Amino acid sequence: MALNNKLVVSASPHDRTHKTVRNIMLDVIIALVPALIASVVFFGPRALLIECIAVGTCVIFEYFSRVVMNRDQTVGDLSAVITGLLLAFNLPVSIPLWMVPIGSAVAIVVTKQFFGGIGQNFVNPAIAGRIVLLASFPVAMSTWTAPLTWSGSNLDGMTSASPLADIHSMISSGVAPEATLTEMLVGWRAGCLGETCAIAILLGGLYLVIRKVISPTIPLIYIGTVALFMLVAGKGDLSFVAYELLGGGLLLGAIFMATDYTTSPITFKGKIIFAIGCGVITSLIRIFGNLPEGVSYSIIIMNILVPLIENITLPKPFGTPKKEKKEKEAKKS
Amino acid sequence: MAEKKSLGKELTKGIIIENPVLRLVLGTCPTLATSTSVTGAIGMGLSASIVLICSNIVISALRKVIPAKVRIPAYIVVIASFVTIVQMLVKAFVPVLDEQLGVYLPLIVVNCIILGRAEAFAGKNGVLASAVDGLGMGIGFTVALFVMATIREILGAGTFLAGISGLIGGSFDGFSIPFLNENPMLIFILAPGGFFTYGLVMALANKLAESKGKPKAELKGCENCPMAKSCAIRATDESCEKKEVEA
Repeated sequence: MALNNKLVVSASPHDRTHKTVRNIMLDVIIALVPALIASVVFFGPRALLIECIAVGTCVIFEYFSRVVMNRDQTVGDLSAVITGLLLAFNLPVSIPLWMVPIGSAVAIVVTKQFFGGIGQNFVNPAIAGRIVLLASFPVAMSTWTAPLTWSGSNLDGMTSASPLADIHSMISSGVAPEATLTEMLVGWRAGCLGETCAIAILLGGLYLVIRKVISPTIPLIYIGTVALFMLVAGKGDLSFVAYELLGGGLLLGAIFMATDYTTSPITFKGKIIFAIGCGVITSLIRIFGNLPEGVSYSIIIMNILVPLIENITLPKPFGTPKKEKKEKEAKKS
Repeated sequence: MAEKKSLGKELTKGIIIENPVLRLVLGTCPTLATSTSVTGAIGMGLSASIVLICSNIVISALRKVIPAKVRIPAYIVVIASFVTIVQMLVKAFVPVLDEQLGVYLPLIVVNCIILGRAEAFAGKNGVLASAVDGLGMGIGFTVALFVMATIREILGAGTFLAGISGLIGGSFDGFSIPFLNENPMLIFILAPGGFFTYGLVMALANKLAESKGKPKAELKGCENCPMAKSCAIRATDESCEKKEVEA
C-alpha cells in the first residue's frame, strides 16, 4: 500500500542531526586554516614542512595502530589530522625534523590508541606529544626564531629571546618587550608555529562558536581567569595583561585544546571549574614557575581531573529529594 | 600446592610467570629509581638477590622457632642484618656502585619483594625450596631491572652499560650509541619515562605469561593474582573467601 511507504514506523529518535564526528573534525580543521596560513607567512616553508610531517605521521600512526590492534578503522574521522596540526602548532620552527614523528607517536599511539582510540584518550594527545618533546629535548623545543627572517639572505633565521620571558622581565626591570601590542596581535613575534597570530586563532575560534562546534564557556573563563591574575600580578598594568593574553600559547590552548570534547567536562558547572582551574595553573606557572609557559601543563593537569570534576557536578534528576531528606527518611524507617 | 612443585619450577617461576616486579608488582620503588642505568640496575638486582637468598634460607630454617605473632619484626631483623652485610661489602669493594645506588642500597631492608617472599614462601617451605625460590625471584628482579634499564639508558642517555668498569673492573666502560648519544630523550631517565617503560614491560610480561596459560595480572580480585596460592592475606581475609564462595 502507498501509505506504508509514507509512514515509516521505527524506534526513536526520529529527527537526526547531520553532525558526524567527521563533520565536526572538518569544521575544526577549517578553523585551524587561518593559523596555518599565518604560520607559513611568518615562519616560511619549513613551517609547512613540519605541519605536513606532523599530520602525515599522525594519520599513518593512527591507521597502523588500528590495524595492529585489530580494531575498526577510524582514520577516516579526521581526528588524527587535527592532532597532527595542533602538535605542529606547538613546535618551534627550528625543531629538527626527526623529532616531529616522535611527538606524533606519543600523541597518537601512546596517548590515544593505547587507551582505546578516539573518545577514550585521558589527556589531549597533541599536548601530551608536546610535553614529552619538551621534557625530552628542552633545548630544541625552546629555541625561538624571529618571524619573517626566513626570506632573503638569512635563510636559517635568527634566534630570538623567548617572548614570554621577555614579557615577564617587563615587570621586574621595566623594559618594554621587543614586540609591540599590535605586532603581538598580528603574530609578528617569535614563538611556536601556530600560537603567534592572535587574529587568526580568534577567527578560527569565532568560526567554531558560530558553527556551534565548541561552546565559548571554557575559552572565555580560561582567558578571563588568566587576565584577572595578571591584573593583580602586574599591579593594574593593562598593557601587561594584554601582553600576557596574547603571548605564549594561551589563545591556541584555550580555544582549540582546552575545548577538546573527550578531555573537557560535559556539564556546564564542570566546564566552569575546568576553565578556572586551567587559568589558575597557567597563571601560577607563568608568575612563579621556572618555566616561561604553563598552558600545556595546566590543560593536561585539568584533563586528568575531568572525571572527578564531572563526578561532583553531575546534575540531579528533577524531582529527586535532597540528600538530607533521604537520610532522614532512612533514619525514620 | 607450592610444596609439591619441583625445584626447577620454583626456580623458573620467578623469571616470568611470578616475576616479582612485573607480575606481582612488588619492589616498584627501587625498580623505578635504579633502572636509569644498566650498571646500577645490575648492581641493585644482585645486591637484592643476595639478601633475598640469604634471608629466605635463614627465615625458612627458623620458621618453626619464630612465633607467628611477631614474625614480621623477626623477618625484618634477619633481612636488615643481611642488608647491612651487603652494604658494607659494596662500600668496601665497589664504592662506585654505592655512590650510584645511594639510599636505595640500605632501603633493600624494606624492599617488598624480600619481605613478601619471606611471608609468602620462606615462612612455609623448606630450606632448599626457599633458597631456590629466592634465587629465582632474585633472577626475575634482576632481569626485570635489566630490561627496563636497557630501554631507559639507551633512549634516555644514549649509552649502554656506562660505568660498568666500576662494577666489574677492567677498561671496558660501556657503549655509546651514535646519534642517541647527542640527542638523548631525557624523559626516559626521568620519572614519567620510568613509569611508561614499566607499563610497557609489564604488558609484555603479561602477554608472555598469558601465552603460557597463566591469568593476566589484573586488578580483578584475588583469583587473578599470580600469588594467589601462597597469599597470606587471602588465608586470613574473610572477604577473599566469601568472594571465592560466590564465584
